[in-house]
Amino acid sequence: MKLLVCIKQVPDMESRFKVNTSGDWYDETDLAWRMNEYDEFAVEQAVQLKEQIGEAELTVLCIGPERVKETMKKALAMGADRGAHIADDNSHQQDPFAIASLIASFAKDKGFDLIFTGLQSQDRGSAQVGVMVAELLGIPSLTTLVEFDYTDGTVNGKRELEGGSKAKVSCTTPALVSCQLGLNTPRYPTLPNIMKAKKKELLSIPAAELNPPTAQQQTINIAPPEKKGGGLVLEGDPAELADQLIQLLKEKTTVLN
Amino acid sequence: MKTLLVAEYRDGKLLGSANELINFAAKLGGDAVMFLVGNETDLPNFDGKLYLADITQAGEFNPGGHKQLLLEVIEKEQPQLVVLPHSSYGWDLAPRLAVALQAAQISEVVEIKEGQLVVPACNAKLRRTVKATTATTVATLQSGAFTPSNDPSGNPEVIKLESGSSGDIQFHGYEAAGAAAVDLSKAEVIVSAGRGIGKPENLPIIENLAKALKGEYGASRPVVDAEWAEPSRQVGTTGQTVAPKLYVACGISGAIQHLAGMKKSEFVIAINTDKDAPIGEVADVLAVADLKQLLPILTEKLNS
Repeated sequence: MKLLVCIKQVPDMESRFKVNTSGDWYDETDLAWRMNEYDEFAVEQAVQLKEQIGEAELTVLCIGPERVKETMKKALAMGADRGAHIADDNSHQQDPFAIASLIASFAKDKGFDLIFTGLQSQDRGSAQVGVMVAELLGIPSLTTLVEFDYTDGTVNGKRELEGGSKAKVSCTTPALVSCQLGLNTPRYPTLPNIMKAKKKELLSIPAAELNPPTAQQQTINIAPPEKKGGGLVLEGDPAELADQLIQLLKEKTTVLN
Repeated sequence: MKTLLVAEYRDGKLLGSANELINFAAKLGGDAVMFLVGNETDLPNFDGKLYLADITQAGEFNPGGHKQLLLEVIEKEQPQLVVLPHSSYGWDLAPRLAVALQAAQISEVVEIKEGQLVVPACNAKLRRTVKATTATTVATLQSGAFTPSNDPSGNPEVIKLESGSSGDIQFHGYEAAGAAAVDLSKAEVIVSAGRGIGKPENLPIIENLAKALKGEYGASRPVVDAEWAEPSRQVGTTGQTVAPKLYVACGISGAIQHLAGMKKSEFVIAINTDKDAPIGEVADVLAVADLKQLLPILTEKLNS
């Protein structure tokens, strides 16, 4: 069985974001990079399936500049067998359709039985790429999964809906699944597996070789949201802050009465 | 400019997001028509053409079939913009349509600014104004971003569609949300823990403050996913929606899904080390502090 998991490297969302000089994305200086959180669930599910099947080969794919290889090594240490790095220094300027086209172009003649993606990325958050890859490849896609089962060519899953209920869905392979937070418990790579991962194949393919399409959309402006104001910001010594908060609770609420 | 609005049904009922679609179209201006897989007993309050496919035949969750039906309507109406809610239904269906139409998709629109669509990035810390260069554009709307102040009134002119194809996904019904062991909606005070608590051993700090304020403690999704707190304590889109007199958000960055579950609280205090955290947008007070230092002091002062 051939498996593919697509991951993205994103900045830590606790970072302070500044706009870059071209005014179309965030400035990358001083950012700490990590695996997109949704993709950690995708990698874990793919590794679990590989363990279940036994005879399976798992490729991890990531698009971006050289630095994304660090994140790919984490996926390799979690249990992926090989890495396919689609080298693109300007991947942040690509729209979701272009990213999906690159992945589909890579995957189209490789016979993957199942493709795993995260539901969305934490930085761009379009929630488009996974479904678009499946549409371009002409295979079914199940999105927003919080439960996953594979048995004899059929994927059974549960989609998370607003309000906490779930929709039970299934399809046959080849297929793509997009993973929601909470699908499983992503493992931490162990030190021996981190060492082993360094010896695994990690091939770089220039994005241009995969014939990326022309952009369908462009960013005309990016900026922090306008502060609506009104909210009081308190800073300083914790003991003084505690006194200020208690004073505010007395003045503005009835909860201490 | 012509807009096609795609409303959503769940469990045999029209969802309230239909009103947000109608309000969005009114703000944008131009003509609008609507599409719905539903039934005639529960229709949106919309003055205009409504293309209706019967839900028992077309299926409530059947994205391939819904896509085919929509493509027929799009062929006939030639809209420049197709709009869906940014929900589990909309974000699943929209990219299928976008690929078929060779249309750009703009996800989770929060605002229309000088005729352009604005979307969030990086957990709402940035906002991006986006322009599509394709003839047709597909867009999804963030839940709550276009809620009208008054529900629209109107009666649609129904045009029935023949049932669509079955698609390549089977839908086997719903599994209801687990009964909440803790009903947070009745609590007057809720103190919620976010990822900022760092480790499960710090949860008692949150519980103790909740006790001192005679309230309940809640949690954000990452805390529940990490199994640091019970699922029944989760506040947000997929957890409980609450409106207490006081909501204290501790180490919660303020993802839109969390804000949707608590923004109607009467008074919100946020405690966060990150001054720019989006929770600041809905908080009456943001205390920039390490909750591990501030909360025990605050609890002690409240108890004495």
